Amino acid sequence: MTIEIPLLILLIMTAAGAILVKDLISAVFILGSYSFALALVWALLGAVDVAFVEAVVGAGLATVFFLLTLFRTTEKDRVICRPPVPWSAIIGLPLLGLLLLYGAGDLPVFGDPTSPASTVISPLYLENSIRQTGTPNVVTAVLMDYRSFDTFIETIVIFTAGIACALIMRKGDK
Amino acid sequence: MIQPHDSVIVRTFGHIVIPVAQLFGVYVLMFGQYGPGGGFVGGVVIAGSMIMAILIFGIESEDSVLARKILHGDGVGLLIFGGVGGLCLIGGGEFLNYSHLSIPGLDETSRHQVGILLTQVGVAVDVAVTGVSIAISLSFEEDEISQDEVTD
Repeated sequence: MTIEIPLLILLIMTAAGAILVKDLISAVFILGSYSFALALVWALLGAVDVAFVEAVVGAGLATVFFLLTLFRTTEKDRVICRPPVPWSAIIGLPLLGLLLLYGAGDLPVFGDPTSPASTVISPLYLENSIRQTGTPNVVTAVLMDYRSFDTFIETIVIFTAGIACALIMRKGDK
Repeated sequence: MIQPHDSVIVRTFGHIVIPVAQLFGVYVLMFGQYGPGGGFVGGVVIAGSMIMAILIFGIESEDSVLARKILHGDGVGLLIFGGVGGLCLIGGGEFLNYSHLSIPGLDETSRHQVGILLTQVGVAVDVAVTGVSIAISLSFEEDEISQDEVTD
């Protein structure tokens, strides 16, 4: 419990620092450390698979992609002429925040054993996955067996992203 | 294109780390049914090792021959994933219902295990190819195009 508070403070500080810093390469590395702190938070909450993905993708691959993008553009954040903030945004966005806070009050508490997710669908997976699929890791069983159609569509999305990047940026390649 | 790095420290470090990273990626992929990990993370780790080879040794060198070869495999991972689903259709079931994966001599639980492993390999191949492809696309410089335009 005691390690969570410094970790969350570190999370907010790195997120603010990535926005506020002027040098864009520093911003990319601060964003990588933000992903690493977020991975630690996921690991504390018990979601080891999500923590693994966050550490590898957020702190590893995304940082490399941001750096490669920066090498093609400029490294300094130049101030663009920004239009003044409209009054509708100043009034509307706090109201939207209040509405979201009001809606969040009805969500179940974290780890609540009587919430709908942990009374209906989670016990079904936990009890049946080792017998039906022979896979001790329930997350893999859910992703690849019970919800494999979703994973199939996600694979199509990744494939489309690679094709689109190649089509847009590799113009001179045969 | 990316120029090879000329620092001895970086090149020696790459020679040591890149095989370990590739082995770790295959381990994460194959161990995904028993521990944290799986196809997506394993594919990203394999892609990261190959991107590291490209960044350190350059795209034309012998050390990044795997990254050059894997670029021709765009769509193979999706084909593996869809092919497992098609095999389930041929076996008489629904799309991606591994109970109808028509492999003789396996009971239903083992069919599910084989199906999960094959689809994970498909996801890993797709993610690895896409990662290397995006990295090469991002580092592609338009020098050749501009020179062609100048000569024209």
